[in-house]
Amino acid sequence: MIELAFQKILKSSSGEMILDVQLELKEKQLITLYGKSGAGKTTLLLILAGLLSPEKGLIKVGDELWTDTENGIQLPPQKRNVGFVFQEYALFPNMTVRENLLFALDKNQPRKIVDHLVEIIDLGQLQNRDTRTLSGGQKQRVALARALVKKPKLLLLDEPLSALDHEMRIRLQSYIMEVHKEFMLTTVLISHDVSEIIKLSDFLIEMDHGQIVRQGLPADMFTSDRVNAKFQFTGEVMKMVKQDFIVIVTVLIGKDLVKVIANDKEAENLAIGDRVLIASKAFNPIIHKIN
Amino acid sequence: MIDWNPLLLTFKLALITTVLLLVISIPIAYWLAYTRSKTKPVFETLVSMPLVLPPTVIGFYMLVAFSPANAFGSWLDHWLGLRMVFSFEGLVLGSLIYSLPFMVHPIQAGFANLPPSLKSASYVLGKSKLTTLTKVMLPNIKPSLITGIILAFAHTIGEFGVVLMIGGNLPGRTRVASIAIYDEVEAMNYSAANTYSLILFGITFFILLLVYLINGGYFNRSKHD
Repeated sequence: MIELAFQKILKSSSGEMILDVQLELKEKQLITLYGKSGAGKTTLLLILAGLLSPEKGLIKVGDELWTDTENGIQLPPQKRNVGFVFQEYALFPNMTVRENLLFALDKNQPRKIVDHLVEIIDLGQLQNRDTRTLSGGQKQRVALARALVKKPKLLLLDEPLSALDHEMRIRLQSYIMEVHKEFMLTTVLISHDVSEIIKLSDFLIEMDHGQIVRQGLPADMFTSDRVNAKFQFTGEVMKMVKQDFIVIVTVLIGKDLVKVIANDKEAENLAIGDRVLIASKAFNPIIHKIN
Repeated sequence: MIDWNPLLLTFKLALITTVLLLVISIPIAYWLAYTRSKTKPVFETLVSMPLVLPPTVIGFYMLVAFSPANAFGSWLDHWLGLRMVFSFEGLVLGSLIYSLPFMVHPIQAGFANLPPSLKSASYVLGKSKLTTLTKVMLPNIKPSLITGIILAFAHTIGEFGVVLMIGGNLPGRTRVASIAIYDEVEAMNYSAANTYSLILFGITFFILLLVYLINGGYFNRSKHD
């Protein structure tokens, strides 16, 4: 269990804002922070990593106190054993890909973890490259691998996928899922992408103006029973469940999850992640009066 | 044939000054780049003072402070055996103050332009402040360091006022090239003055050219595929 209860005054261009956080995060979960930019999500991660300190409050990870302002405890980032993937990657330009990973090793830590990470995150070809010559997706993979070298318990990802194209995103999502499970991490991720959140996360926290406004299971928070009055939509297949003769396909359309029934033949051509078109036939349109 | 000693002395002075300045300036520049202290403007001003202050002013106050006739000067002389006035050690100290901004400013700018996430990333990876400085930050501001080194070296070569005030004109000890030129002109020995001047002109030209080539990235091209 990770307990967070702190306040910090943030000064921004739009004036002062109080970041007020009261949270309990379950270990081994993948938790997403969601909300408008300027809501305080990145600051929350920086405070958790010890790179910023709150004015008042407490951070407790398992039995360890990381921050306790009343007793003057503020564990420096060096001692928190946290993996952090920065939005702008923060790879060291003076080192090659492999050197970036080796730099992260603790003294006397065996090097085999580096080789293992190179393998599971597919960095073999890139090892001797200058990090400045990598593409965004490649940089992000190196940053992810580097953050895991010390085998942290807690992995913090600041919008790791926002700058990537769709295909690269899907690939990196699977890398994140893989390492999250393999290293039994507690992962906190910032994301704006609903399909990404539903696919990856166990728990969702929505922030606005420095406050936690909602928290819960991602599927619950994005599903609504609003009537949608259009005849056709495009969406992404999230889930497929076979029941007797039919398959129930869960499709994400915009921010809504919709369940659609498909027969065996239709379902054969579908896979999770496919873009699909959902169309309603003319004989059962929904009529809804608009004033 | 000219006397080569003033030129050798000039380069010895510039070399020693530059090495010492590099060691002194890294912590000063680091502090100036990252501090949120309210006293920062005061220290920034002090570092920049030699840019605008007549070198003779620095030289004059150093002469007064270090004169064995005064308390501090005689204490140094008595306890440390250091005589700063009319000595090579005095020239080094004067040059350190005189060329300080030329070393500190580029390094400070280098630190300030470094993305803050590099430092944070290194800390989160468990690396100490010192390791972060030597392994991450300094290697990534190499052009700033080289600029500082070259400018401080070149500026020390061009020194005149401070040197004359605190060092005087002792052959082999404090007579650097710039003083020698002045001396030769005084003695109406224009051809020797011309030789010294031409050599200094050429050297400073190439040193500054090097700075602009480095800052223009001419040496970094085609290093990476």
